[in-house]
Amino acid sequence: MTATRRFLPGWLSSYATLYILFLYLPVIFLPIFSINTAATPKFPLSGVTLHWYEDLPKTPALIDATWNSLIVGVSASILSTVLGILAARSITRYRYPGRRAINGLIMAPLVLPEVIVAISMLLVMLQLGLSLSLLTVVLGHVLVCIPYSMTVLTSGFEGFDRSLEEASADLGESAFGTFRRVTLPMVAPAIISSLLVCFTISLDEFIIAFFLTGTEATLPIYIWGQLRFAAKLPGVLALGTLLLFASFVLMTIAEILRRRAARRTQNEGGLYA
Amino acid sequence: MTVAAEGSPPLRIAGARRNPLLQSEAVQGFALISPTFVYALILLVLPILVVIAHSFWTQNYLTIDHTFTLENYRIALTEPIYRDLLWRSLYISLTVSLLTVALAYPIAYFISFHGGRHKSLWLFLITIPFWTSYLLRVMSWKVILGYNGVLNSGLMGLGIISEPSDALLYNSTAVIITLTHAWATFAILPIFVSLEKVDRTLVEAATDLGDGPLRSFLRVTLPLSAPGVISAALIVMIPTVGDYVTPKLVGGKDGVMIANTIQAQFGKASNWPLGAALSVTTMIIVSLMAGATVLVIRALQRLAR
Repeated sequence: MTATRRFLPGWLSSYATLYILFLYLPVIFLPIFSINTAATPKFPLSGVTLHWYEDLPKTPALIDATWNSLIVGVSASILSTVLGILAARSITRYRYPGRRAINGLIMAPLVLPEVIVAISMLLVMLQLGLSLSLLTVVLGHVLVCIPYSMTVLTSGFEGFDRSLEEASADLGESAFGTFRRVTLPMVAPAIISSLLVCFTISLDEFIIAFFLTGTEATLPIYIWGQLRFAAKLPGVLALGTLLLFASFVLMTIAEILRRRAARRTQNEGGLYA
Repeated sequence: MTVAAEGSPPLRIAGARRNPLLQSEAVQGFALISPTFVYALILLVLPILVVIAHSFWTQNYLTIDHTFTLENYRIALTEPIYRDLLWRSLYISLTVSLLTVALAYPIAYFISFHGGRHKSLWLFLITIPFWTSYLLRVMSWKVILGYNGVLNSGLMGLGIISEPSDALLYNSTAVIITLTHAWATFAILPIFVSLEKVDRTLVEAATDLGDGPLRSFLRVTLPLSAPGVISAALIVMIPTVGDYVTPKLVGGKDGVMIANTIQAQFGKASNWPLGAALSVTTMIIVSLMAGATVLVIRALQRLAR
């Protein structure tokens, strides 16, 4: 039995390593072929070049798409984080009837097929006479970003010690003063983390943008348009590599901040309890 | 002593105040969540109601006839083309959710039971690829499975095949592989969370009472982690049934799924009511399938005990 005990983790850890490879391998091919001289992505590589990257800033449509993505990403992340803060604070701080049902509704976009969510919103927006633009994309992105924002923020708000706020109020601080000097510093890392997560999701999101945009393309929509042309593939791979890298960096920072937020509220709570 | 001194009278006052206080707390909490709630009502609930309404109407060239009809549902359920697409989508999403859960369970188990100090590092490693663009991940599978792709050129380089195979890309298998990869993380996390909740002393008790590692796993750990398995299966099954990008990029003719048709009804074909009926039908049937999956897993859980 001890033999199986010792053998099992070894077997499992090699499975885990293989699994990580399965997760990462496909993604790693994008950067590899983005520096290949040949236009078709196959082995062996015919040579190494940064040519495809140099061409990127020379494409006006791509520059426009980048700006559009930045505008949408920044607006969507701010809006969804504000809505997320309100909801997460309400969920973690107050008890009231219907709380679970409302939470479930807000989290629902996470588990619904995106196409159906996108098409439903499209129908309503057309009925309301809204013309499709970057604004409609922002509205759609906010809906799908809120659940992620909520997840990050509730983990930051949970374990937040209310007695700290009460102490501050008892010591004569105004409600706003308490918020600014006690609440905000405690939850700031979670808020920044939520902004980064939402920005990353909006930056990478395709389906909702695809249905809800008018003539303006975001980066994923630009990539989608380019995929039809085999000759454009290396450029798309180069752009994709940059996007992968951006997501990776943003999410790493977000994760570090989220952990710090969770640790901070828990530690402080532990200290004063 | 202080307890006695502060005693009952103030407590009774607090009790009397309690009810209005609670009510005001409820009001405050509700007020705080209402902007987000209203947002979800306007952009999620209202749109879904509008889709349901449309599914009972008829498209008349450019206008929509608002008389009630079930014709769209008859078409959605009986026309062979839609029926086949629906079946294929259900088959693909069921296969993908079973595969992702089966592949994810050992790794979630490994991290939870043998992760040690590196637990959070493992979780981080697993979540990172998930945060990269979905479109790009699907695109990389196209690069791998393509006629001139990585797998073909690699296999030819190794001398295993003499000419590129076109059987890898543009079929439902390619769709299943790609989706299984794309949703892996979503399956690992819920299973991991439920495994973390498994009381380790129960596993020890089973071992002490003479169960081998395999038996104690099958009779204690596995049934106790069933809630995680259920949510992992659902969280993968429901969204994948309506996937649009993967079938479009790697599915070819054989891998077309229901979402591609739904999109066409709102685009080229311009038949909103039929598109709406197809969406509603898909949602209802996938919910039924999800419910059946839950029942099956629960039954297995009871059997194991």
